[in-house]
Amino acid sequence: MPDAPGLELIRGEIEQDHPGAVLDTSFDRGQAALIADPAQILAVLGWLREAPGQGYAFLSSLHVADYLPAEPRFGVHYELLNRDRRERLRVKAMLRDPSAAGPVAEEDDQLPELDSCVELFPTAEFQEREAYDFFGIVFKGHPDLTRILLPEDYVGWPLRRDFPIGGEPVTFTYNERAYG
Amino acid sequence: MRDRQLRARDMLRGDLEGEELERYVEEKVVMTNFEKMLGWARANSMFPLTFGLACCAIEAPISLVTARYDLARFGAEALRASPRQADMIILSGRVSIKMAPVVRRLYDQMLEPKWAISMGACSSSGGMFANYAVVQGADKFMPVDLHIPGCPPRPEAVIYGFNKLQRKIQGNPDQGWRQRYDAAGTEEWARGGPRSEPSPEAAEAYEEARGLVRA
Repeated sequence: MPDAPGLELIRGEIEQDHPGAVLDTSFDRGQAALIADPAQILAVLGWLREAPGQGYAFLSSLHVADYLPAEPRFGVHYELLNRDRRERLRVKAMLRDPSAAGPVAEEDDQLPELDSCVELFPTAEFQEREAYDFFGIVFKGHPDLTRILLPEDYVGWPLRRDFPIGGEPVTFTYNERAYG
Repeated sequence: MRDRQLRARDMLRGDLEGEELERYVEEKVVMTNFEKMLGWARANSMFPLTFGLACCAIEAPISLVTARYDLARFGAEALRASPRQADMIILSGRVSIKMAPVVRRLYDQMLEPKWAISMGACSSSGGMFANYAVVQGADKFMPVDLHIPGCPPRPEAVIYGFNKLQRKIQGNPDQGWRQRYDAAGTEEWARGGPRSEPSPEAAEAYEEARGLVRA
């Protein structure tokens, strides 16, 4: 894990090759994270993988968190690992919800979009499908972006925080007498 | 013992006659009808499906058929790995919406007569899994003969439920504590909505149960 000055060094080096690609850094509880511009996420990941002295060549996890009611709302997290130095680095891309402002005409436009990193990390194929399955993040350039765990005909993105929890009320006669 | 053997030999030779023969036959022969005999045979020779859904599968069928609880005492030790040879399915655990069509197909593949036991809170009502992934009660997609409460039920509870199913198969469904306390008519049933009447099927089943208790 790079320490806080090391993280700033990485940011500075990326800034030279890809200006504006890193929006912010965060170093919290010993964990380093780069907050990347979603439009240049592939540039950041590719640089961390290929640039000399970096070698973050292993994507150990790709997952999404929903930060509702914050905006941008969706955080796509890439957990990178350098296996030689046993260093971990987190890259976050914060995505806006296109349907937050109101209904969008085209249904496809309602989902947040991000470039797929399957070309860089083949392991991301299933993990991006899972992120699509549960959060409705569309990864552009993914070879087969379909639902992976839920049934194919499922409607909705169940791990979003505004998705209803589910279940059903039990209508026994006692409940009716007590609550009408 | 020796006496009986002698009398059996006498009867075969035709030496037993009159009142003695009547008494012998009364002692040896049970009169019943074919339906009752068939029910008796079915109830005491169940073939459960080797099938588990979730954590309840540890209690049943795994612990039920092994030596400590031993469902063989009730004639259901032969677990079948094919639904076409089984006549009882125990839904042991929560049914996810992706698993529901599979469970339904297994049930459809079983040959009549067949019975289904919903074991535990999850398969009866969804249990604690009130979320997007789990069917809220297995009887939404297949008929269930018996619900066993618990999370998970003790193996003794499953055996007790199995015994009740055996009585049901023999055409004598057990009314349980309602019979002991003369509490017919206190059954609760799921309704269509607030203050609605029970569905015709529910009302009919309710009347039938009430008639059985009073009989």
